[in-house]
Amino acid sequence: MSDTMQAKGPSGEAMVWKAIGRFAPLIFLVVLMLIFSILEPKFLNPTNLFNVMRQISITGLIALGMTFVILTAGIDLSVGSILAVSGMVAAAVAKGSLGNTLSLGEDEAVGYGPYAAMAASIAIGILCGYIQGYSITLLKVPPFVVTLGGLSIFRGLTLWFSNGGPISGFESDYRWWGQGMIGPVPVPVLIFLVAAILCHIVLRHTRYGRHVYAVGGNPEAARLSGLAVDRIILSVYMIVGFFAGLAGFVLSARLNSSEAVAGIGYELTVIASVVIGGTSLFGGAGSIAGTVVGATLIGVLVNGLVLNNVSSYIQSVVIGLIIITAVAFDRFVKTRKRA
Amino acid sequence: MTITNSDVLLSIEDVTKRFPGVVALDTVSFDVRRGEVLGLLGENGAGKSTILKIISGAQLPDAGTIIWDGKPVTISSPQAAQALGIVTIYQEFNLVPTLSVAENIFIGREPLHFGRFVDWARMRSDAAAITKRIGLTIDPDSLVSDLSVAEQQMVEIARALSIKARLIIMDEPTSALSGAEVDRLIGIVRTLRSEGVAVMFVTHRLEEAMALCDRVTILRDGKLAANLDRGELSIPVFIEKMVGREASNLYKRPASRRSAGEIRLSIRGLKSIVTGERRHGTVLRGIDLDVRAGEILGIAGLVGAGRTELARAIFGADLKTYERFTIDGHEVNIRSPRDAMKHGIGLVPEDRKQQALFLQLAIRRNFSVASLDRFMKLGIFVDEAKEAAEVQRFKTMMNVRMTGPEQLISNLSGGNQQKIVLSRWLSLDPKILIVDEPTRGIDIAAKAEVHEILDTLAGRGIAVVVISSELPEVMAVADRIVTMREGRLTGELSPEEATQEKLMSLMALDSAKSA
Repeated sequence: MSDTMQAKGPSGEAMVWKAIGRFAPLIFLVVLMLIFSILEPKFLNPTNLFNVMRQISITGLIALGMTFVILTAGIDLSVGSILAVSGMVAAAVAKGSLGNTLSLGEDEAVGYGPYAAMAASIAIGILCGYIQGYSITLLKVPPFVVTLGGLSIFRGLTLWFSNGGPISGFESDYRWWGQGMIGPVPVPVLIFLVAAILCHIVLRHTRYGRHVYAVGGNPEAARLSGLAVDRIILSVYMIVGFFAGLAGFVLSARLNSSEAVAGIGYELTVIASVVIGGTSLFGGAGSIAGTVVGATLIGVLVNGLVLNNVSSYIQSVVIGLIIITAVAFDRFVKTRKRA
Repeated sequence: MTITNSDVLLSIEDVTKRFPGVVALDTVSFDVRRGEVLGLLGENGAGKSTILKIISGAQLPDAGTIIWDGKPVTISSPQAAQALGIVTIYQEFNLVPTLSVAENIFIGREPLHFGRFVDWARMRSDAAAITKRIGLTIDPDSLVSDLSVAEQQMVEIARALSIKARLIIMDEPTSALSGAEVDRLIGIVRTLRSEGVAVMFVTHRLEEAMALCDRVTILRDGKLAANLDRGELSIPVFIEKMVGREASNLYKRPASRRSAGEIRLSIRGLKSIVTGERRHGTVLRGIDLDVRAGEILGIAGLVGAGRTELARAIFGADLKTYERFTIDGHEVNIRSPRDAMKHGIGLVPEDRKQQALFLQLAIRRNFSVASLDRFMKLGIFVDEAKEAAEVQRFKTMMNVRMTGPEQLISNLSGGNQQKIVLSRWLSLDPKILIVDEPTRGIDIAAKAEVHEILDTLAGRGIAVVVISSELPEVMAVADRIVTMREGRLTGELSPEEATQEKLMSLMALDSAKSA
């Protein structure tokens, strides 16, 4: 093809498909909300909408970190286990003991307070991510395998550490992070939205974010462009670890309890949020905005199905179908875009 | 020529194949006769792989006739080729590494019990019989992944025989083999010939063609350059027909030449270690090289000579050892591309799509991936306005045809993509720029532009190293040419004394034998 032909850019039809492809998850979300609001007017109630947002805030937080990982063509299956181990550590730090002392009143608190608990939770999350990222980059074990191992290891550590039981009952400053409200907005939702904005800025507007896309798009070209590919890959696992740790703390605060079995299966919802949001599992393409929409879409779907009395078993079926449809549609649009 | 029609197994008549922008094959005709070894020679881009693809059913010709065993045929798929008895052994083998030798030989044609169950005993004994025929002593149960490259090639040949192939096409079969293995392969090819199997042998190594082939067909720029009979075979004739007389006028040398400055890069005793599927071990066997500021050094060599490995070793992309490695007289230790960049070295790699481009990303992001440090504001944010302005500056400077910085790089032509990759490095003000195959896959007009850019860069005092498998290109752009063969430098010529014939002999001939 000649230069002049190619410089003209894509045709009008291809442009339309490009726009559809880009906003497909958002369009689908709006359509879904319209349908649910017609079927059940209660759906659009602000209380219900904030409820939806609170539902998704935990997995949504982790999905933000997972977006970084998937942008590098990686995967982290261990997030649910990291969440559990971090939440358990947070509880132990907050209470200063491993005992399940439900009766502990605020004046009886002997622990290190909510801030130390949060810091410990996040630190444990980052440490888990560091160990996994290190194994992936240094030992060259595929991320799927490393984090599959991590899924088992971190869950096992949590169970061992807590003797299988929960640690429950926290002071109100601690619980505020999961149950509190700022105006009409639940605190976890606020944390999620602020984190989403920060992640968006990092990925879109910083050098680091640019490097994440480059490493995911073509690791060999990234290396030959002088990027520290291994360091970037290590960092994304630390980022998802950070968010899993933070989510572990917030979930513990919301439930007023850290459960050893918390977060089982979360990796599926988290990965689904990212993938439905249009981030490519092959790396190099995707966005935080997409992930927020993807996470919201799942939340809306579950909530709408519940309001319409659809069995929770069927909800799983629907989410599964949506994941496949989203990716199939993406592929379909990609072939049209080239036309 | 006194051949009757019945001697001819395959006849290619006036075959033409066009790709967008190029005529890959232009009315090419030649024959393959029963039980002969036909050599197919030609420089890179001469059309060898296109004709192979057409004969093996991977592509259809746009015009022309293929006659197989006296009847015109349409070879519409690799399966159709196989059904006729044509088997192609590519450089990248078509074996399943996790299966056994016997399973690979009979894949898709397993001997069966009751039409359903694999007859393992027969499969093993049949495999053993075939491998023995070509002198491969190997357990049919061993896994292909445990075999050496040479042994894997034998398995491919065994499979071809099991299909009762009447024509076996081998694409550069010796490029990955050691000396003893080459001799063994040549022995096998002779056995095949004596059994009446025709072999088409594609090679870069002229001595091999001389030693093995009954006749030789030579392609040049998509056209038939010569069909040589046994009595006409000689290495000087090969070289003359491969390079052609008119090819040297393809590119114009700029009228004025620069005078080179101080020695910028100086290397002594460079060896590199490569770990990979096809090539393993020491690739560079002791290279001594100086590059001066403001000169263009051309490196010529055939595929597999170690040109690219030399570039990658200098750039820190492969492991290496050396006695001395200095830039501007200072000893430097370059262990990664990052180190290389810190010392002012840039590399435009040979495979644009695989090694240089981020196809999902916009031009702007492709341009600045290596140089984001130059476009920062408030310490951490990328100044996108400044970045876009810089892209526009290079667009004008390099005459890049694009709609804007936000256009996807995948929508540009090869030449314009290459200009963006060059801009990526130029925005870093390199002291040394290595350009591997600067104009691969780009059209003639853009080639001339790229050559001009390289010339300008050298004029600015950058030490430019150009690696190319196109000899006219090397001769047109370089101030000095070195040749490589099998991991060593084999000669140095000025562009004035260089001719394609001289370069080709330095690149393709074993100096010990030709001296």
